[in-house]
Amino acid sequence: MTMINPLARVRGLGSAKEGTHHWIAQRMTAVALIPLMIWFVFSLTCILGSDLAAVKAWIGSPFNAVLTILMLVAGFHHAQLGLQVVIEDYVHGHGCKIALLWFVKGAAIFFAVAAVFSVVKLAIGV
Amino acid sequence: MAEFTLPKNSKVGVGKTVKAPAGAAKVKNFKVYRWSPDDDKNPTLDTFEIDLNDCGPMVLDALIKIKNEIDATVTFRRSCREGICGSCAMNIDGTNTLACLKPIEDVKGDVKVYPLPHMPVVKDLVPDLSQAYAQLASIEPWLKTVTQPPPDSERLQSPDDRAKLDGLWECILCFCCTTSCPSYWWNGDRYLGPAVLLQAYRWLADSRDEGKGERLDALEDPFRLYRCHTIMNCTKTCPKGLNPAKAIAEIKKMMVERQG
Repeated sequence: MTMINPLARVRGLGSAKEGTHHWIAQRMTAVALIPLMIWFVFSLTCILGSDLAAVKAWIGSPFNAVLTILMLVAGFHHAQLGLQVVIEDYVHGHGCKIALLWFVKGAAIFFAVAAVFSVVKLAIGV
Repeated sequence: MAEFTLPKNSKVGVGKTVKAPAGAAKVKNFKVYRWSPDDDKNPTLDTFEIDLNDCGPMVLDALIKIKNEIDATVTFRRSCREGICGSCAMNIDGTNTLACLKPIEDVKGDVKVYPLPHMPVVKDLVPDLSQAYAQLASIEPWLKTVTQPPPDSERLQSPDDRAKLDGLWECILCFCCTTSCPSYWWNGDRYLGPAVLLQAYRWLADSRDEGKGERLDALEDPFRLYRCHTIMNCTKTCPKGLNPAKAIAEIKKMMVERQG
């Protein structure tokens, strides 16, 4: 048990002076993902059922490759930012929270790099 | 993790029922949350049958009638009985509001009355608001200036600048909004909540205040400010018709504005 007066508890360790960049990035990625997702889903329906050569030809176009990579990076970044908010909202154990935040960030980076590498490999055909 | 069920000792049981007097023509059931710190019993929901022909129009009138005529141990806060003091904030018919401004007629079926959600209960309908009051004190809700005031007059403010405070100064700090906010339920230890953030914006929006930078510094925090996810419960529940969600959005806009 600690006896700490309410104002001391509320002031705590002070403000983190952080959060605005997270907020801006969340909105920027959200706005970017609207046209990117529409374009991506539309493109997917167009190449649906094609063979590997046709898909390679599609993603080999610089325009398609760049937009796909942008969509993947923005998507994983947005997902990481969103999951961070969920974890901060609902996970209250400090150690557990930090571990989950690291895990989510690491997983997002891992999958983003893997996805971008896949696109590059398909497009350039190494 | 966030708790989604009530702890064992908070489960609400069925309480006593007090029948309306014989000959009552217009009976309405009031189900009132009861809990006392003086025994180890769980909270209960007591039922009081009230004859509306012999009662004032508002829920507070019924509560006062219950306390005066039926059960003097029913405990709640009230003072002005006209929606200006904020004392009688409670959860009525599932919505946080002021008992004095809530017409009984607006409630269909039984009138369920609980204390403000997710605050420690002192007794019956009285919540412990010391955390919320400390959070209000933490945003330093007073005019901060470096410039001395004119020796023989007030600090001047144009009518246009004064108008920017409309919709902010009317807040009576009843904490209906704060206690309706899920973000505040889960993180009320660090998130300031809509009522306090609206007060913070009331000073950020004041043309006479010279402490905007330090105010924003103190608010810029993933928990203090950015736990607001625009859920809008605050605006929906405000018994004074104010818009705390908009005030919080304005603070977020100020944060972006000063980034460059």
